[in-house]
Amino acid sequence: MLINKRLILSHFWLAFIVFGAALVLGAWQMFVRSPLNAWHFNPEFYYRSVTAHGTVMGYVFPTLVAMGFGYAISEAALEQPLIGRRWAWAGLILVAVGSVVAMIPVSLGLASVLYTFYPPMIGNPFYYIGVVLVVVGSWIWVALMSINLAAWKRDNQDKPVPLAMFANVAGSYLWGWTAVGAALELIFQIIPTALGLTATIDAGLARVFFSWTLHAIVYFWLIPTYIAYYVIFPRAIGGRLYSDAMGRIAFILFVVVAMPIGVHHLFADPQVGAGLKFMHSVFTGLVALPTLLTVFTIVASAEIASRLRGGKGVFGWIGALPWKNPIMLATALSFVMLGFGGAGGLINMSYQLDSTIHNTQWVTGHFHLIFGGAIVIMYFAIAYDLWPHLTGRALDSLGMMRAQLWLWFIGMIVTTFPWHYVGILGMPRRMAFYDYANPAISPQAFSVTMSAAGGLILLTSGILFLIVLIRGQFAARGEAGAYRFAIPLHMPVRIPVALNSFGLWLALMIGLTVINYGYPIAQLMVLKGTSVPAVYVGAAR
Amino acid sequence: MSEEKLYSLRNPWFSISVGITVAIAVLSAVAGLIWFPLLQPNLKLSGIWDAICSAAGVPGLSTQAGAVPPAFKTSNVVMTPEMLTRQDQVSIGRGATLAQRCAICHGPQGVSDANSPNLAGQYAAVTYKELNDFKTGARVNVVMTPFAANMTDQEMRDVALYYAYLPRVPSSLVNPNLTPPAIVVTGAPMRNIPPCGSCHGEIDVKAGSPWLGGQSAVYIKAQLQAFASGARRNDISEQMRNVARQMTAEEIDQVARYYEAQP
Repeated sequence: MLINKRLILSHFWLAFIVFGAALVLGAWQMFVRSPLNAWHFNPEFYYRSVTAHGTVMGYVFPTLVAMGFGYAISEAALEQPLIGRRWAWAGLILVAVGSVVAMIPVSLGLASVLYTFYPPMIGNPFYYIGVVLVVVGSWIWVALMSINLAAWKRDNQDKPVPLAMFANVAGSYLWGWTAVGAALELIFQIIPTALGLTATIDAGLARVFFSWTLHAIVYFWLIPTYIAYYVIFPRAIGGRLYSDAMGRIAFILFVVVAMPIGVHHLFADPQVGAGLKFMHSVFTGLVALPTLLTVFTIVASAEIASRLRGGKGVFGWIGALPWKNPIMLATALSFVMLGFGGAGGLINMSYQLDSTIHNTQWVTGHFHLIFGGAIVIMYFAIAYDLWPHLTGRALDSLGMMRAQLWLWFIGMIVTTFPWHYVGILGMPRRMAFYDYANPAISPQAFSVTMSAAGGLILLTSGILFLIVLIRGQFAARGEAGAYRFAIPLHMPVRIPVALNSFGLWLALMIGLTVINYGYPIAQLMVLKGTSVPAVYVGAAR
Repeated sequence: MSEEKLYSLRNPWFSISVGITVAIAVLSAVAGLIWFPLLQPNLKLSGIWDAICSAAGVPGLSTQAGAVPPAFKTSNVVMTPEMLTRQDQVSIGRGATLAQRCAICHGPQGVSDANSPNLAGQYAAVTYKELNDFKTGARVNVVMTPFAANMTDQEMRDVALYYAYLPRVPSSLVNPNLTPPAIVVTGAPMRNIPPCGSCHGEIDVKAGSPWLGGQSAVYIKAQLQAFASGARRNDISEQMRNVARQMTAEEIDQVARYYEAQP
């Protein structure tokens, strides 16, 4: 039962509006740095745009989707009205206000520091304050998810927590803890420097704090997608979830091992020891585990659905799947992108292989394929699945939905595959200008042009997506029925308390964070003379 | 479900999950902090504790011992973005008196046609740093070195703030319609040259980078050549020497003429 439909719908609409705006910036960036554009503008505009694109796509858009989807899950899975409705609205307002506060200085060119902050570059303090407001808004959601679950457990002591809510709360705890790293960096290091209270900043320590957030944030983005795999996909294709327990274990593994791995972003940084980098690398490898479990479970669930529909044979059942169903299509395309992206990720996480692609366009290609591709395509699927229940109107542009999903998939492949390739050729990322007339770079011109075309395809798909949703708002009214999640093959009646609670897993998450981050952070905090003068961007001319 | 005790070694979920987690953490620590470092002959480790310290990233003393002091004087000015950015009327007044002796070359209003730098409107931190470098010998010039030799730190600040206070005067050669050369706007990434404008204005201004608009082309060219040849080496972290060495003679000419024509 969805009660606070306006609350949920507001989250999704705000998410998709900012997504649309940032998508335009992304496509523009692809174009201006490609050989299609004769170089004739101020490169500062490029960095301004990259900062806005990254901040919106990294901090605002997925956070709003997770929050909105989280509230929907809480009401639908627990079958109780959301506790803390006013707080939820306050959280949404904080995210919206924070986004505006952050985007004003970025638009004015006062904070072109990119969304990863990159100290000792320091921008206008309002940029960072805006980001902090977004995070604080999302922490309200974290608290509400926990409160709602606790209230349900009090009234339903003998029932297992529904998988959707279990996963949702796992994601919220992961975010609550992983956001602490960037929050410490912003509150104790960057904002004091941006306000002029200190003139120097320990950039090495700041990067370690940011890495605390930087990798696990990806799993926070990923969790709504995985929730959709487990609890939307099997139901949408008319099947059953193969294993409820496997889902719980996958989400628990994300909570435990997503945290102590961020230093693999700092393989080329001198301020962290090689031994600690190896330890982070080992745990990064372990994160593949919940994904492999998920792929197995979801494919098995698809097979169940297909055989129920009369699918036969070892592989023949694949053809019998309902391919015209947008959720089926989105999940399959998401899996393909997850496969390629995951394979690339294995290269990024190994110390030696990483050195060949570190800080090249390969990395940009990798995270666009995983996040922009595998994850965001499922955000579309979630919206398509939820929309009729939120608006009370049918989404009947099925053909347009399929076209949109295909275009997104094709666009993402055409964008990111050439990106990976030019990365291997050594093309650095985060540069506004490449001199394609230079013989050393000219072989990359074709691939870059291709990926710019991919950007255009993605923009087309994004516009189609918004058209589908807007049409949905104006379609004829119709009752969509109660919003339900997939039923597992074997309904859990009694499950171990370990798979029904979070205490143990949160303790392991924090324990591993202390083991893998404790020493580098303590050392950098104690060490004298590690701060460097701040470099203020957008200073007076 | 609630009667089942989770935090007990008898609960397999607890003992197995904690056991596996601890085992992976310990194994990866032993491998990363002890075993792999000891396998590397070039690390020359004296034992297990040394291996752990090395792999954990404890800063060693050996890195500092090997530093070779340069054969020439380096600048001792610590440049920060806030340096000398506050106006101080008393200081400016004193600077105006002190600047009388600079006027013969730099002009009574901080602008002259003598091909010496125009100081009117120059960032105070820049003028201060150069005076300081002349005094310490980090930068050498037969005319400026004796002038700076007897100046106190306060006098250098006063003069610098005074010149920063004077309004910039466009040179007679100003031509704002001149197309900026590529090196100013885009630099030359393949030669590791950032755009001039990313520090010297137009795109961004970085602490310690002088305002170049309206400076004499002869002066700019002479300084770039001095940086390229190593005759001048008071630039912070060798930034300008690295840039100038990679520039072609033609680019140096273009840049000099372009900045001379800027307001």
